[in-house]
Amino acid sequence: MRKYLLLLLALSFAPWAQGAFDIAQLMQGLASHPGGKARFTEKKFLAVLDRPIVATGEMTYLPPDRLEKRTLTPRPELLLLDRDTLSIERDKQRFSISLSQQPEARAFVDSIRSTLAGDRSALEKSYLLHLSGQPEKWTLTLLPSDQRIASLIQRIVVTGSRNQILSIEYLQADGDRSLLNIEPIPAK
Amino acid sequence: MKRHPLLSFSLWLLAMLAGASIVWNTRFTADMSFFLPSHPSPAQQVLVEQLKDGAVSRLLMLSIGGGAPEQRAALSRDLRHRLEGLPAFVSVQNGAMEHLDQDRDLLLRYRYLLSPAVTPERFTTTGLEAAIGESIALLASPAGMLFKPFLTRDPTGELPTLLSGLGGSSQPATRAGVWASRDGERAMLLVQTRAQGSDTDGQEHAIAEVRTQFAAAAREQGLQGMELRLSGPGLFAVQARAKIKDEVSRLSLISTLAIMAVLFWVYRSFKLLAMGLLPVLSGTLAGIVAVSLAYGTVFGITVGFGAALIGEAVDYSTYYFIQSGRQGLSVWRARFWPTIRLGVLTSVVGFGTLVFSGFPGLAQLGLYALSGILTAALVTRYLLPDLAAPLVATVPACHARPRMGVAIPVLRLLRWPTLALALAATAYLVQQREHLWHPDLSALSTVSAEEARQDGQLRADLSAPDSRYLVVLSGPDQESALAAAERTGALLDGLVARGVIGAYDSPARFLPSQATQARRQAALPGRDELQARLGPALADSPLNANKLQPFLDDVAASRQQAYLQRRDLEGSSLALAVDALMLERPQGWSVLLPLHPRPGDDSLGIPADQVRAALAGSDALFIDMKGEFEHLYQDYLHEALRLSLLGILFIVVLLGLTLRSLRGLLGTLLPIALTVPLVIAALHLQGERLHLLHLIGILLIVAVGSNYALFFDHARPQAPLDPETLTSMGVANLTTAIGFGTLALSSVPVLHAIGVTVGPGAVLALLLAAMFSPRSSPP
Repeated sequence: MRKYLLLLLALSFAPWAQGAFDIAQLMQGLASHPGGKARFTEKKFLAVLDRPIVATGEMTYLPPDRLEKRTLTPRPELLLLDRDTLSIERDKQRFSISLSQQPEARAFVDSIRSTLAGDRSALEKSYLLHLSGQPEKWTLTLLPSDQRIASLIQRIVVTGSRNQILSIEYLQADGDRSLLNIEPIPAK
Repeated sequence: MKRHPLLSFSLWLLAMLAGASIVWNTRFTADMSFFLPSHPSPAQQVLVEQLKDGAVSRLLMLSIGGGAPEQRAALSRDLRHRLEGLPAFVSVQNGAMEHLDQDRDLLLRYRYLLSPAVTPERFTTTGLEAAIGESIALLASPAGMLFKPFLTRDPTGELPTLLSGLGGSSQPATRAGVWASRDGERAMLLVQTRAQGSDTDGQEHAIAEVRTQFAAAAREQGLQGMELRLSGPGLFAVQARAKIKDEVSRLSLISTLAIMAVLFWVYRSFKLLAMGLLPVLSGTLAGIVAVSLAYGTVFGITVGFGAALIGEAVDYSTYYFIQSGRQGLSVWRARFWPTIRLGVLTSVVGFGTLVFSGFPGLAQLGLYALSGILTAALVTRYLLPDLAAPLVATVPACHARPRMGVAIPVLRLLRWPTLALALAATAYLVQQREHLWHPDLSALSTVSAEEARQDGQLRADLSAPDSRYLVVLSGPDQESALAAAERTGALLDGLVARGVIGAYDSPARFLPSQATQARRQAALPGRDELQARLGPALADSPLNANKLQPFLDDVAASRQQAYLQRRDLEGSSLALAVDALMLERPQGWSVLLPLHPRPGDDSLGIPADQVRAALAGSDALFIDMKGEFEHLYQDYLHEALRLSLLGILFIVVLLGLTLRSLRGLLGTLLPIALTVPLVIAALHLQGERLHLLHLIGILLIVAVGSNYALFFDHARPQAPLDPETLTSMGVANLTTAIGFGTLALSSVPVLHAIGVTVGPGAVLALLLAAMFSPRSSPP
């Protein structure tokens, strides 16, 4: 009987027995995310404004490289990242840039895209990574290693649970900050 | 001999010297005005001005390849710095950030005079509330982050308004801080020369300067294997000139040497050879002098045409030397001169028709050939006998004589097969009539396919699309032209809103008329008033009115600001944008408003009728450049068709009047009528696409070919044709074929087309003239 108890105990601790939760595991989990839809709320805290500006809308992620961010309030806007092209549609106007031609913009975009896709090597090109927490509730901190990105952004903090990202916080170089909260819509 | 030979010779020498001095002072050009209409319609006028003096014609596109991105960028910055300091260049752009900042600062400084959103309503309490609310909403977007630093200066968002107006034109890619090609492998620069597009010398100098400075910059930075590519209208003009210059000397040399070899083989005497070339020399000189006096400048292509003229003009002395050798001068003058004179006249009529062409190049060719042939004939008739009489008797008996006599009966056997072949050729041409013609003006361009491809690539890398659709306006001065651009801009705004067009560019966007600037300035409230309105306007806003001191300062400063002038834009890319769209002309200013199709419209077309309807009633002119070019080419083609038919008609009438015999006329015309379809069908089979110069070639076949038939038919009363005449015709034909045939080697399409048509045409015309010559008993 004690034997069985011991075995049960050993089995229940099996995940921990393999070592601490590390970046490789997180990335593996993220890479297995099947994609889908989520609601988002984005708050921007700007020094010049007394209150944060709030934007809401929906995001759709199709692994590995298509991400659509459709803002509904306060003004409709569509941000589309498709492979190498980032485009914004707003007020009947459409701007698009090709990321391969804009390495700075690419590194910035990669912070979110490579995190979603669990592409560790792409992330480590431009950022130092630091992970804390457990699989149920993890926090990944990205610190820019590239001077050009560091002049724009101090730090990016991504939180999540298992393979689902729940928030992304950008702390800009000038001290302004934005917080993006993501709430998955379960697929029917 | 009544006249003193020395006197005629002295007169000739004097005329030659006078001619030479005119030629010495003549301006030779190789620019595209050869192809531009001499009596343009208003729309074509725009086309001509754009091509000759428009800002677009002064743009050079540069790309730097090799090395690492940072090395290319460093070279790009250095080259820009070097070129900017040189007087040959108005502006040099490479997309470097510091220069974009300069543009932005200009827009920021003048935003209240530039922004179309500035109206009295925008600065009321409700107007401010709406505009500031919009700016804050923009901050929620990634697009807004660019404007965040300017919120307290520009809370109503004039800068975003101004920049969104630029949406129609996309920017090139950047790499390592400067413009790069789409694949990122080359750094790109855009250079505007001070020299006009039509100033080929100036363009050549500017291009040489770019290359020198590039080499110096690469050397200074210790970079190796860096490659500079360059394209633009200026380069094409310079290359075309070099190509034409090179070909003219090469072709003339080939043609002269070959003809001299033929003549020496016949005459076996250097003296006779020199004498034989005398009319040619006179004719060539006379041709250039006539064109120079009539047009002021001589096109290089016209001189190149001289290579063919040498072959034609040498015929007269050939006839004289060979034909008068046995029979003497007086017999020659009585018996052969009338035939030669008629031949000269048909050639003169043929070339003379071209003088009336609205295509300046064609008119020059016509005048050049006309005066050249006339002079050569006159020198042969009136000067050569005086100088060369003692020599003529020494012309050796001809070696080719027996064979030529034998050839005629053999040729006669081929009469029916030839008729059948000509008929088949005609039927084939009728059947292929849809595919015979080259569809556009590029048929005449000296730009090679490879050069055009490279140009297209650089253009795409710089996101500099061809502006196919233009609205053109004019005014007596800059201010009224800009005001007209603003009025038309309002109409075009309606078309943009309705989705008929995607966007349009206007110089008034960066340089509004003073009236508009004054109106905007008057819309700005005083400092105290603005401050009083901000309070209620921002009652519910996250933006505190206390933070907007910079806004109050800027608006107050703008109320006192001097109007924006063209010189304030100096050195920015906004100046380039304004200059590209404005053109100062002797009679005033004209403004261009390029229209862009709706994005995503794959046809890349614009519904012209809707644009015209919207612009109806204003004096704005809508132009589809591509359509205009096609129209121009069609005009030329129709004119060339009309002129060649008219020329052929004149020749037929001239022959009819002189021969006074229907049979004789038909006998003269038949060989030519058979030659033309055979030559054209052969060209088509070889894949030549016909254009207007082939048509002109046909006219020349008729003009030149009728000469041979004349000898055969005219000889009929005295049949049979004596061997000397046959020999002279053979030699004359050979030199003509060499002269025109040399042009076929040319890569200048105008010359190539004439050569490839007339060269074989002349030979065939002689053969057929012999084949269909009246039967006569052998001597």
